Amino acid sequence: MNELVFFINNVVVAGSVTGSIYAIGAVGVTLVFSIMRFAHFAHADMMTFGAFMVLLLTAAFPGVGSVVGLPTPVVMLPLAMVLTALLAVGIDKAFYKPLRAHGVKPIVIVIGSLGVTLMLQGLIRLFAGTSGQNLYMAGERKEIYRLALPFDGVRAPIVITEPQIILLVLTIACVVGLHLFLNRSRLGKAMRAMSDNPDLARASGINTNTIVAVTWVIVGGLAAIAGTLLSLDVTFKPDLSFFLLLPIFAAAIVGGVGHPYGAIAGGFVVGFAETLAVFNWAVLLRPFRDSLPDWLAKAGNLAFVGTEYKIVVPFFILVAILVWRPTGIFKGKVI
Amino acid sequence: MSAHDKHREDLVDTPSRFPLREVILFALLLVAILGVYAMMGAAYSTRMLVEAACYAILALGLTIQWGYAGQFNAGVMGFVALGGFSAMFFSVPVNDDFWGSELPGELARVLLYGAAAALVVFGATRLDRLGVPRTLRTIIAVVLGVVLYLVVISLLREVTDEIQSRAGFIGGLGLPAWTGWIVGGALAGVVGYFIGHICLGLRSDYLAIATLGIAEIIKAFLKNSDWLTRGTATVSPLPWPTPGPAELGFTLSRAIYLSVTAAIIAVIFFLLHRAYHAPWGRMIRAIRDNETSAAAMGKDINRRRLEIFVLGCILIGIGGGALTTFNSLFDPQGYLPLNHTFLVLVMVILGGPGNNLGTIFGAVAVYIIWIMSEPLALFLMQLAVSVGEGAFGWDAPSNMDSRALQARVFVIGLLITLVLRFAPKGLLPEKVKHHG
Repeated sequence: MNELVFFINNVVVAGSVTGSIYAIGAVGVTLVFSIMRFAHFAHADMMTFGAFMVLLLTAAFPGVGSVVGLPTPVVMLPLAMVLTALLAVGIDKAFYKPLRAHGVKPIVIVIGSLGVTLMLQGLIRLFAGTSGQNLYMAGERKEIYRLALPFDGVRAPIVITEPQIILLVLTIACVVGLHLFLNRSRLGKAMRAMSDNPDLARASGINTNTIVAVTWVIVGGLAAIAGTLLSLDVTFKPDLSFFLLLPIFAAAIVGGVGHPYGAIAGGFVVGFAETLAVFNWAVLLRPFRDSLPDWLAKAGNLAFVGTEYKIVVPFFILVAILVWRPTGIFKGKVI
Repeated sequence: MSAHDKHREDLVDTPSRFPLREVILFALLLVAILGVYAMMGAAYSTRMLVEAACYAILALGLTIQWGYAGQFNAGVMGFVALGGFSAMFFSVPVNDDFWGSELPGELARVLLYGAAAALVVFGATRLDRLGVPRTLRTIIAVVLGVVLYLVVISLLREVTDEIQSRAGFIGGLGLPAWTGWIVGGALAGVVGYFIGHICLGLRSDYLAIATLGIAEIIKAFLKNSDWLTRGTATVSPLPWPTPGPAELGFTLSRAIYLSVTAAIIAVIFFLLHRAYHAPWGRMIRAIRDNETSAAAMGKDINRRRLEIFVLGCILIGIGGGALTTFNSLFDPQGYLPLNHTFLVLVMVILGGPGNNLGTIFGAVAVYIIWIMSEPLALFLMQLAVSVGEGAFGWDAPSNMDSRALQARVFVIGLLITLVLRFAPKGLLPEKVKHHG
């Protein structure tokens, strides 16, 4: 039973945590893709930017959280979302819109977004340095909940931390909010119309400029949430971007590009695949040690890949999906 | 008809008889190089030129991918690292601790097991030819693949741990460095073939994502395979194919190395020039400019794209080998997206994608600016710190040096966006001949 608890801690909890982060990130990427038709490489650095804003705000107003009863970074999150949304709209106005107006191929805008990602990286590291920093400061501590199981012989508790619970709650809130927005509100419907057929949407009187701006606001907000939650779960690291990009894009493509619900599913697929691949399966064999053949019982490490090769997993998923089903599991529209 | 053509905006001017623009730009470049020689001394400046020449090879590889064919490779770094690894592996002296023991046999045995396992799994995927239902075949293949993979990987872990503890790493082959460059090119070409095969039929964005990923994976592999590359412990010195600094002194030996790289560039340049003006080059450009019409003419688009992507990767691998050998240090952590992907990208789009001369100009010019920007960035940062301290009593963070270098990241990014916006054809635009 202890092994099972170990499995829950290392796979179920960890997988849903990384899965939700990838899911929120992938929704942003897929929204940009469905409205503006290009792969937005600066998304990971927008996430980092959002987390950095939270870091700055938390440093500026420590102790606000104790008034509300939540960690200060979570209280500062809405403000950081607004700032990141402003940044996203500003970046679009300054860099992507002129390129779109020139009518360049989408791949040129992709290169432009790589330029933007480098600029953001440079700025963030210029001000934040390159080392990791903890978002919990001024005496705040990460609450850790240990749930002991009511069985005999189970010593190890299920461990879940406060930011992980917040993360799961926020993910559900995001998904529900996005669903309501896309299906009920006028703007959301206009967005879906534009992603289906931009020309027809324009012809039927939808202001495409507004839609683009709204998309960037949503994308910026979601990026801030994902970045902050990632930094809350571990620490704030300014140099994650290229490592985040691959799983996020893999998630978006797995779910079918341009398909928000698919992106959420894809995020969890990639997140669980990562944790399952680095999990040491020998642990689960341990209770059956006596009945197993000797060579199998002796095996110390049965993980598929070492943690240092984690990045191989999303890549493998990406390649597999591109080979077998380039439209993604939910049939995205663009290949 | 021809008078009408002159007013079309989508055509580049036919080249004037005297290439004024080229002459002026290259004269400026020469002045800059002479200026660096006067300021920094011959040994330093020659080193800079050799590195710029190696980068020019990389840039030529990228320009045929991006300029000729419109494919965006965002993982130049990975192919550079592969070339560098191959150069290291072939040129480093033989490690007798490893070859003298029974470990090579063990390693070969495990690799053989791996090959056999791959064959078995491949056979399992063909089971449907024997009448096994397709779903059952897929399940058998997947289960077999997972189990055999786990067996082989745990055997491999044992052997590599043994190698690491007893011999350090497997060492090299003790061959001349140029063999490593050629094999590095081939290795990069093989990896490029797989990536291209998967991605080139799909949207162009997917290629960028996949190459970005493969670059990080190659780097992670080289960094963590201590038994193969010594990982973070780095391998140095790497022998040069030419007489080293110990025999001839820095300036002369570097000058000889420079002539080797210059010869490589000249050969590549000549071959590319011929290919560009040959029917093959016209076909490639036709595919880039209008895929549908090229397909309607009966051209096999995906095959041509794959061809050119692999060719570019081979050049990048060769350039990476030359660069790593010159640095005489194989450090997997030294391969950075900024230095080995985006710098090359800036060279190509600033110099003129699709124009080989422009690409070489861009490579040398951007590299000089890049090298000179390091002391400049530090100086500006120091200035800002001293002004800040004097005026506002600002307490500067201690790691100013590393932060100043981050400012260069910003500048490279800004440069990319500005060039794309205001000079999408680069300083020396591609010249398309029109027969009126």
